[in-house]
Amino acid sequence: MEPLEIVERLKEKYFSEIVDVTQFREQVFVSVKSDRITDICRYLHDEPDIHMDFLADICGVDYPGRKYRFEVLYNLYSIKFRHRLIVKALLTEEDPNINSVVPIWNGANCHEREACDMYGIIFHGHPDLRRILMPEDWEGFPQRKDYPLKGREDWEYKGFEECKELHNHDKEWNIQAS
Amino acid sequence: MDKKDTTLIEVEEGMKIIPGGNTIIAPVDKLVNWSRKNSLWPMAFGLACCAIEMMAGGSAHYDYDRFGIVFRASPRQSDVIIIAGTVTKKMAPVVRRVYDQMPEPRYVIALGSCACSGGVFDTYSVVQGCDTFLPVDVYIPGCPPRPEAIIEGFIKLQEKIQKEHMRWSPWR
Repeated sequence: MEPLEIVERLKEKYFSEIVDVTQFREQVFVSVKSDRITDICRYLHDEPDIHMDFLADICGVDYPGRKYRFEVLYNLYSIKFRHRLIVKALLTEEDPNINSVVPIWNGANCHEREACDMYGIIFHGHPDLRRILMPEDWEGFPQRKDYPLKGREDWEYKGFEECKELHNHDKEWNIQAS
Repeated sequence: MDKKDTTLIEVEEGMKIIPGGNTIIAPVDKLVNWSRKNSLWPMAFGLACCAIEMMAGGSAHYDYDRFGIVFRASPRQSDVIIIAGTVTKKMAPVVRRVYDQMPEPRYVIALGSCACSGGVFDTYSVVQGCDTFLPVDVYIPGCPPRPEAIIEGFIKLQEKIQKEHMRWSPWR
């Protein structure tokens, strides 16, 4: 099925949820409201002739200044029918909460953890929402556009601080002078 | 009856032989350092793409074994740790722990631009040079350095070990 046909099918069922449909280089992007994302994903997954059985990727996006600052992209693919559709769920800065799609695609587990780690998007219903890339006691969400590239000046990761202290102590007492 | 000539002959600085006596007189430092520098055992430990180049250096084409450099899988059997690649702040405590487990005397080689200075990764998550938390002996720049450069780095470290005084001894 062509991606635009899938969009038509989606519109029939979830017309009020769909905000925008865009195309870029033969890829189709559907922007939807975030409230009923699990229903939409369940529909795309379960419908026999759409059959999106492969969740290729989930990623977060940050657009500072927009009304919907955050987006969660679901890159869906059907291995059986070889068609692809990208669903964007829109989120505001004040309320970056969305339902998890782990019950639909188990592979969403790590991707949602990454989006949570990097953007601070909370996935409700996720079985184990912890940081995945950054250390567990890291503060802040590094992929947000307002996060300073070289890190915050007033805060340093504790584990690294301890390493530096050990080294400075050794230098001060001339341990292992070389 | 011939009188044997017992004059010491200096063959190298500090090294003398007694002719006919089958005896060499040398400072212990020199002998021990000579044996130490020819059995440098690095820790088999890589962090990023520099580790690939380090492994290439260990293979038959370049062959570190010629210098007595044999990779060991345990920090307790290693003399030198090669920080091969980008050190992130999350990884720094782990690297430090591996280093702390090595027996003294121990050495550190910073391999590649990232380990020397942070390289292109001037960001929140990358350590800006592993000398901020480890005492580095040899810096090998390059992105990544060729195996020849790594061998050159090892030779520099060997020169340094040869010049050391009583580092190997518990009474230092």
